Amino acid sequence: MEILVCVKRVPDSSENEIEVKGDGTDIERDDLVYSVNEWDNYAVEEAIQIRDKVGGTVTVVSVGDEETEEVIRREMAMGADNGIHLMDDAFEGSDGKGLATTLKALVDQGNYDLILTGAQADDGAGQVGGMLAAMLDYPFASLVNLIEVVDDNKIKVGREIAGGNQEMNEIDLPCVLSIQTGINEPRYVGIRGIRKVASVEIPVKGASDLGIDAGAVGAAGARVKRLDYFVPELGEGAEMLEGSTEEIIEKLIELLKAKGGIK
Amino acid sequence: MAEIFAYILHKDGKADDTAYELINAAAKIDPAAKVTAVVAGSGSELDSACSEAAKIYPAVWKIDNEALAYVNAEAVRPMLVNIIPKGAVLLLPHEHFGMDLAPGLSIKLDAAYLPDVVDFKGVEGDALKAVREEFSGMASTHVSVDLSGGAVVTVRPGAFAPDEDAAASGEVVDKSADAGAGPPLKRRYLETVVAEVGEVDITKSDVLLSIGRGIEDEENLEIAFDLAKIMGADVSCSRPIVDAKWLEKSRQVGTSGQTVKPKVYIACGISGSFQHLGGIKGSPFIVAINKNPKAPIFQAADVGVAADILEFLPELQEAIEELKG
Repeated sequence: MEILVCVKRVPDSSENEIEVKGDGTDIERDDLVYSVNEWDNYAVEEAIQIRDKVGGTVTVVSVGDEETEEVIRREMAMGADNGIHLMDDAFEGSDGKGLATTLKALVDQGNYDLILTGAQADDGAGQVGGMLAAMLDYPFASLVNLIEVVDDNKIKVGREIAGGNQEMNEIDLPCVLSIQTGINEPRYVGIRGIRKVASVEIPVKGASDLGIDAGAVGAAGARVKRLDYFVPELGEGAEMLEGSTEEIIEKLIELLKAKGGIK
Repeated sequence: MAEIFAYILHKDGKADDTAYELINAAAKIDPAAKVTAVVAGSGSELDSACSEAAKIYPAVWKIDNEALAYVNAEAVRPMLVNIIPKGAVLLLPHEHFGMDLAPGLSIKLDAAYLPDVVDFKGVEGDALKAVREEFSGMASTHVSVDLSGGAVVTVRPGAFAPDEDAAASGEVVDKSADAGAGPPLKRRYLETVVAEVGEVDITKSDVLLSIGRGIEDEENLEIAFDLAKIMGADVSCSRPIVDAKWLEKSRQVGTSGQTVKPKVYIACGISGSFQHLGGIKGSPFIVAINKNPKAPIFQAADVGVAADILEFLPELQEAIEELKG
């Protein structure tokens, strides 16, 4: 099976405190630790496991600037066979549709049976996979937490729905799936793994290589534009308990007793 | 101003809570809008969902098709493409069904797509201004959407107040013929696997000690279980703990896990994503303990402690032990 996994380089929000810049044009990015989007990492692991079971190749693709190469390389160190880096000034400022348009052009150049994305990334949109599927006229399933290969033409997928329940579907190949966290346990990538792929060449493709009209992507083609970042005016929020740890604990126990929190 | 439609989720003949919220979301886009509800399904359950929708919306479009006895986003999408007029704004809830249906629908309608909106700030010319969140709620953004070609917008459940009156008397119009049968399905629904009930039913717990990423290591779970035991609480958790397979899925609080209604909810090392908070109902007394004082959980909590749970919880345990003698 030929599998394409679309990944994104994002600030690691479990490692960073996200602060909005004073002028609201961006978040403070200077000291941020970046990594591969968590959902995408599960998608790559899933692709590798499927390949190891049924054969084929795993290709990881990412749209982004020079720094993006490091996450493609990291996912190759996990075991992906190929990496492709889509980079062009024309892609900057793309909305979800612009990104999906860019990825569709790449898919058209290949022969993929299965295309995976993460269910969402740092912007919480969860849009690129579904858009890509619609552009390709492929079937789509979101929030996938189980994949079973049935045969060369179809797979069985579980979707995470409400209440911890799982919706089982049969889906024809080729298809696009967005992968939910928890579908597997992504393998650890050590320094040695990274070293192994350190000199592997990762081809870079721009808009003209993909045959994309620059006006259809990037800021030029975007119908959705981010105007600013801001810190919302919040309500009162929690009453923060202050003082020494002993004082805080004393207050907390009192409150918990009053509310029935300590039996 | 563009026509506004609202996609109604329903189950067992009852409209979803979001059906009551989307009408108020639409009013924030255009207070004068005559919003049309779109309800897809089959048979008598669909009819009763449509009757309920007609109490909320001035107009209801019904799509009745046997193929929608289980509503599959892949089946509904081409039907909506056949009936939603060019340039319209369609609102859907941002949950598992909306996320399945909406992005592809925006492509097929050649409309803009705006996901997971928490507020609208009005329309100027063709531009709709909205508020979204990024980075798990740690930063908000204003976004502008070009409505000239229509838009598909998903709205965060719970972000808009529900319509309390439900005093409309909308007419139900059968749009099934216009919606058509749709092409043969390339994705077919098989069955729903219902979540297993675990050793503890957290939906019945009065006191929940809930653990998140801040616990850092599987071995540290012992800290939580020890404290829960002496407090008479049950241990629940947030999604990353289940993803890491440290606790069973039946202990997960959130929209994709369990909905809990405790009297007291103690969130330990949980950042407080909207999906997590969406699983806490019944207005419990919420205590949040998190080392990041900016964690969104502190906005939802009644009382907060800015501390590392790995240090704080054992001290709390000791103090309670002393108290109990």
